[in-house]
Amino acid sequence: MRRPGRDTAESQRRITRRGLVIGGLMAGVMGVLALRMRYMQVEQADQFRLLADENRINIQLIPPTRGRLFDRNGAVIAENVPSYRITMTREQAGDVDAVIARLAKLVELDPNELERARRDLRDLRGDTPVTVADRVSWGAISRVAVNAPALPGVMPEVGLSRRYPAKNDYAHVVGYVGTVSDKDIERIDAPEQLLRLPRFQIGKIGLEAKRENELRGSAGTRRVEVNAAGRVMRELDRQEGQPGADMQLTLDNTLQSYTNARLEGESAAAVVIDCDTGDLLACASTPSYDPNLFVRGISVPDYQALLDDPYRPLPNKAVQGIYPPGSTFKMVTALAALEDGQIALDDTVYCPGYMEISGRRFHCWKRGGHGNVDLHRSLRESCDIYYYEMAMRTGIEKISAMAERLGIGVQFDLPMTSVAKGLAPTREWKQTNRGQPWVIGDSVNTAIGQGFVLASPLQLAVMTARIATSRTVTPRLIKSIDGVEQPTGHGDALGLNENLMREVRKAMFAVSNSNRGTAYGSRIIEDAFRMAGKTGTSQVRNITAGERASGVVNNRDLPWNRRDHALFVNFAPFDAPKVAVAVIVEHGGGGSTAAAPIARDITLQALYGQDPPLEAYPAADRARIKALQDKLRRARPKTGPDGKDRA
Amino acid sequence: MSYLEYTVRTTPTGPGKMLHLNWPLVVLLMAVAGVGFLMLYSVAGGSLSPWAEPQMKRFALGFAVMLMVAMVPIWFWRNMSLLAYLISLALLIAVALVGIEGKGAQRWIDIGFMRLQPSELMKITLVMLLAAYYDWLPMSRVSRPAWVALPVAMILFPVALVLRQPDLGTSILLLAAGGVMMFIAGVHWAYFATVIAAVVALVFAVFQSRGTGWQMLENYQYRRIDTFLNPDNDPLGAGYHITQSKIALGSGGWTGRGFMQGTQSRLNFLPEKHTDFIFVTLAEEFGFVGAVSILGLYSLILLFCISTALSNRDRYSSLLTLGVAMTFFLFFSVNMAMVMGLMPVVGVPLPLISYGGSAMLVLMVGFGLVQSAHIHKPR
Repeated sequence: MRRPGRDTAESQRRITRRGLVIGGLMAGVMGVLALRMRYMQVEQADQFRLLADENRINIQLIPPTRGRLFDRNGAVIAENVPSYRITMTREQAGDVDAVIARLAKLVELDPNELERARRDLRDLRGDTPVTVADRVSWGAISRVAVNAPALPGVMPEVGLSRRYPAKNDYAHVVGYVGTVSDKDIERIDAPEQLLRLPRFQIGKIGLEAKRENELRGSAGTRRVEVNAAGRVMRELDRQEGQPGADMQLTLDNTLQSYTNARLEGESAAAVVIDCDTGDLLACASTPSYDPNLFVRGISVPDYQALLDDPYRPLPNKAVQGIYPPGSTFKMVTALAALEDGQIALDDTVYCPGYMEISGRRFHCWKRGGHGNVDLHRSLRESCDIYYYEMAMRTGIEKISAMAERLGIGVQFDLPMTSVAKGLAPTREWKQTNRGQPWVIGDSVNTAIGQGFVLASPLQLAVMTARIATSRTVTPRLIKSIDGVEQPTGHGDALGLNENLMREVRKAMFAVSNSNRGTAYGSRIIEDAFRMAGKTGTSQVRNITAGERASGVVNNRDLPWNRRDHALFVNFAPFDAPKVAVAVIVEHGGGGSTAAAPIARDITLQALYGQDPPLEAYPAADRARIKALQDKLRRARPKTGPDGKDRA
Repeated sequence: MSYLEYTVRTTPTGPGKMLHLNWPLVVLLMAVAGVGFLMLYSVAGGSLSPWAEPQMKRFALGFAVMLMVAMVPIWFWRNMSLLAYLISLALLIAVALVGIEGKGAQRWIDIGFMRLQPSELMKITLVMLLAAYYDWLPMSRVSRPAWVALPVAMILFPVALVLRQPDLGTSILLLAAGGVMMFIAGVHWAYFATVIAAVVALVFAVFQSRGTGWQMLENYQYRRIDTFLNPDNDPLGAGYHITQSKIALGSGGWTGRGFMQGTQSRLNFLPEKHTDFIFVTLAEEFGFVGAVSILGLYSLILLFCISTALSNRDRYSSLLTLGVAMTFFLFFSVNMAMVMGLMPVVGVPLPLISYGGSAMLVLMVGFGLVQSAHIHKPR
């Protein structure tokens, strides 16, 4: 025996005592439970019975009207149009097949949709309304309403569905809405009851998704009396919800539509920024797609076609696409070197066409070399050697710091999907991400916008606007929400030496106005609107020594996806910058031939607010431009969204 | 105490043990389970599938398990207590690491033929361990701080794991069952007074912490509390369940609407009507009389458990039996209080009636232990 008997006896007594205490407690709790039952089931029974009968009184959610989207002038970008659908509830229908058969005589039912509806009717809870026909005509709805007694559980419903009247133009910026999926519900911390309404739509991508909370609004409720079959007899009262906020975007519908049309046919992107406010006036990426397809639920072949397109229509290349900026980056290198005092404005560098750096030969795009090059000439003629020299003198850290100051490698807070951060590389970045030390060749490559540096067209446009204004212009997409003006991106002074800035701008002016400039072919001759720009051509492959020996292979001889990207950035008018533009044509070849003409057309369109007069173009180009304008005018919808739909 | 202490001669052996089963308890369990089958048949709209039939199979399995557990001498179970506890603790840790997401909470672990809920297992093994602990601990040490701290750790460790899943209902059950075990074992009442005072302070802190950086509960748990305090605030959202539950229950009246006539629970959006809210269906269809009868059946089960516990001279047996009874009591009282709007909805099933395998099996194992204690009573 381990324990003395007294202990056992004492323990037994205590267990008995405490066991009885607990037993008493249990009895007490059960007494409370029984009393509560009595209270609810006997004393309050009548009241609850009444409520139960009143459960014929359904509380229904009223989905809020989604906020609409307008362009800066009030043209409709996204609106809500009435759409009719027919739903069915299994519990109320009873014999589902018989009811569907009767319904099919009245309304044309899509076999695919019916298949899905039958499955849902079988699998979902019996009280869930299932859509059997969507987007039906008003005639069909009235036929169903008239035959209601023969169709238990069948309910005609009117709802609002999202429509994007401009089709392709805003697909990448605004995105689209779609039916709430199980995945969406899982993602949300506390899904509102509203999201569980059948076919309720929320923003899936783009602005629609990013500003979902403001656009959605909040649901109202209404109490309705239903009969035994669940049919609504009358509405007792309703509590209105809060409609979603209407938003006015900074985009200009005319310009956006023109930009899309102008880029069509290329895999390209363009961004137009207002130099004063940072407003995105246009933000286009081509090829585009029709967001209305997604609202309805895109078919598998259609979606597959979008996925398989080598021009990649789905991503928004204007903000998601990051590219080596090529020579458009030279302003950054120049400003970094000048600010750091590594070179004066008039100092020259001799360009023999190549440069030996630690045993490797770096070439200038001009094989014969430029001779003596100063800042002005280096930008105007895009001499590479000058920038190799600047890179070695200045060092990567200062170049990267300047890039970030001008907006490259900076994450802009815009309500679009996957706004890219780009990359202004540093020693530390390469060590962490590549596990290799920075070498001088990396600096040299970065100086001409090749190598690791990456920028989105949006960032290039911001950079150009900042160079044009000497202010930290910041892009903005939403002009006002429910009439409340949002803060602009006017920005404070950059704090760079204005003398140097002026010289860089002058050199950019020469790029497209001096007959030695790389974009002279794409000049504007209207004096009030002359533009300053910079071409860029970024390699997507290495040029081998063999190729160099046999003469660099011409872009046109290469397969499309190995050709160079063509870039152009510019601002105009030169004297008082209003807009900054960045254009990239993926695998377009040279910046001066593929990107600059597009940028000029978009710039003029932005400055005139309509198709520009031919007088703005050099005389030799006018016939060609006229033909292009006519073609684009035909391609754009005549009754654009800013016709009758103006809000 | 070793088995040598038992008067082996008078302890029944072999098939004769069957005669010494606590038969009234067996009959009561079958009666309650029978009511469960009826209700599951009813909520399925008069159909054995999808709930009543699997439930019958589970009960049959559970019943067999109960008999098997009962046949094994209680001292064997006492010796197994620590091992059983450690195994379920290991499973709880495993579920935290590899558990499958079920209903937004990490509670399940897949062991091939069934999905196991280790937190359910813990409900019984914790009771076993505490009973074994106090059986081993000399009476004089029961209230010494060090010997109080040890069982507190035994309770709090699994509670913390369960709370992390997160499963508030089960953690409350574990905490309460563990606390009561300590109380019955004779720990000085001052400890309990202190803890109760601390809990009151904690509840206050929980409410104060809401919305701050050190918020102590998940948002959905706060919402459940809000809903409980004022269900009318959100009649379509979280409050909907409790409002509908009360309407269905209350509208049952004295005698109810009749079997399978409960319009509220069948037609309306009572979620989990076959699991946590099954009592509502019962109360609506059989009224006050039916609801109180179930309560009566449950209290008879408790009565038989407590009486066999108090008449048992083996300390482990008494403690274990009282612990199982307490767990059982917590199950049904929390569930009933919850559907009647006396408590926030925490997700505790109605024992032996709600549809579900883990809880049923665990309770049957528990009653198997009670039977084993009863059969192998020192005589």
